[in-house]
Amino acid sequence: MATQDLIARSATTTQPPSVRDTMEVAKLIDTSKCIGCKACQVACSEWNDLRDEVGENHGIYDNPMDLTAESWTLMRFAEYENPDSGNLEWLIRKDGCMHCAEPGCLKACPSPGAIVKYANGIVDFNQDHCIGCGYCITGCPFNIPRLSAKDKKAYKCTLCSDRVAVGLEPACVKTCPTGAIVFGSKDDMRNHAAGRIADLKERGFEQAGLYDPAGVGGTHVMYVLHHADQPQLYSGLAQDPTISPLVSLWKGVTKPLALLAMGAAVLGGFFHYVGIGPNRVEEDYDPEAGDPLPPSGEPVVHQVDPGVHQVDPRDPRSGGTPR
Amino acid sequence: MDMNRRQFFKVCGVGLGASSLAALGMAPPPAYAESIRHFKLAHTRETRNTCPYCSVGCGLILYSQGSGGKNVSQEIIHIEGDSDHPVNRGTLCPKGAGLLDFVHSPHRLTQPEVREPGSDTWTPISWDDALDRIARLMKDDRDANFIERNEQGQTVNRWLSTGFLAASASSNESGYITHKVVRALGMLGFDNQARV
Repeated sequence: MATQDLIARSATTTQPPSVRDTMEVAKLIDTSKCIGCKACQVACSEWNDLRDEVGENHGIYDNPMDLTAESWTLMRFAEYENPDSGNLEWLIRKDGCMHCAEPGCLKACPSPGAIVKYANGIVDFNQDHCIGCGYCITGCPFNIPRLSAKDKKAYKCTLCSDRVAVGLEPACVKTCPTGAIVFGSKDDMRNHAAGRIADLKERGFEQAGLYDPAGVGGTHVMYVLHHADQPQLYSGLAQDPTISPLVSLWKGVTKPLALLAMGAAVLGGFFHYVGIGPNRVEEDYDPEAGDPLPPSGEPVVHQVDPGVHQVDPRDPRSGGTPR
Repeated sequence: MDMNRRQFFKVCGVGLGASSLAALGMAPPPAYAESIRHFKLAHTRETRNTCPYCSVGCGLILYSQGSGGKNVSQEIIHIEGDSDHPVNRGTLCPKGAGLLDFVHSPHRLTQPEVREPGSDTWTPISWDDALDRIARLMKDDRDANFIERNEQGQTVNRWLSTGFLAASASSNESGYITHKVVRALGMLGFDNQARV
């Protein structure tokens, strides 16, 4: 993927190349069609050469229990007793990076080029430039990136940027046996979702809708939800995700202020040096010399403190270790 | 590090000079790759196959490393669904999607093994020995237990003391032949996942 297609780069102030108009892609996850088979999880591991640790069974279907640096996508299973219909609903959501149009991770990242956004909407991490600070985790409104304990670098779903770059669909999309995950241009995905939502509404899910939150400028991974009015039912999907105010506080206000303070310190130091001069240390009063106070300005003989045992490594008699 | 005052100043001076030059834009350009991730299947060999797990019979493409040249030992590096296959059109279930680890599993059976009566261990055996042994045991058992007629004297030609399980990865044709062989012997206990 050529650099021309990078339209945002972390901690970089130069204007990114933005002449070419690339189609925005999107992945649509239809929670009403998902059966929770986890083929997407397996396909993700296979494509990205990830083999997460085999964990333990905690009595629920979620496996692993949370996203990790080696599990970039995860089925989250929620049981919901619908008070209106009295039905028990099994709400399964494929969790993973949402590829926000305004990515909080990219905004928070202090390392140039460690997080990039492609013109097609994919937000990708470049681990070569990652310094492992974890700011992207703070910046993410969906709590997606994870730091690896192995190499102290952050990892997350890449929307298979390598596959999309050569004209393929992401691995999870290709494998999905029920067609719950579909992929295409963002416009096509909106249309596909509209059809699904109309169908769901016909079948009694009045609140069915598309999850494409405006708080992060829209996402390139969208959900069709039966209960779009209560996304938190789906294992805590954010109702109205926004980038944490900490990020704008840190990058927006604190950073220039800190730079100003640093400049002021340097300038102050310079003027102090010019105006007042360096701080010269006067020799202390030495009672053994018999002199009440050494006359100022006179050179003082340097005296060795007898309590300090001096070791010369080149002199074998002084007890130093021979080299 | 051993360093006198003069050397220390030299090092400081060189460091300051070099970093100033770099800051002025004279640093060599960073030699980073244009792309973060390279497409790993660009020149792999593709081989079509059928998923060995269940009777749905999903089409697969096995991607192997190497051009297929004389000096290359092919190795499967990736497996995914065959988008042109009418059964699955590229999709795979979690088991099928994880086939690469099935292919490379250290527990994969790669040769015939036998567990003798009373033994608790499997021992490797050659194909010739295995086939001879199976034929011998089948013949002996069939000779001893074959039922030609029932109590009413009707011809039944049953052989009930031996059963047969055949592979799920068999094609339609090999399943058909297996079925013919087994039924011709009079065997009734038989299952073959012949729908693939």
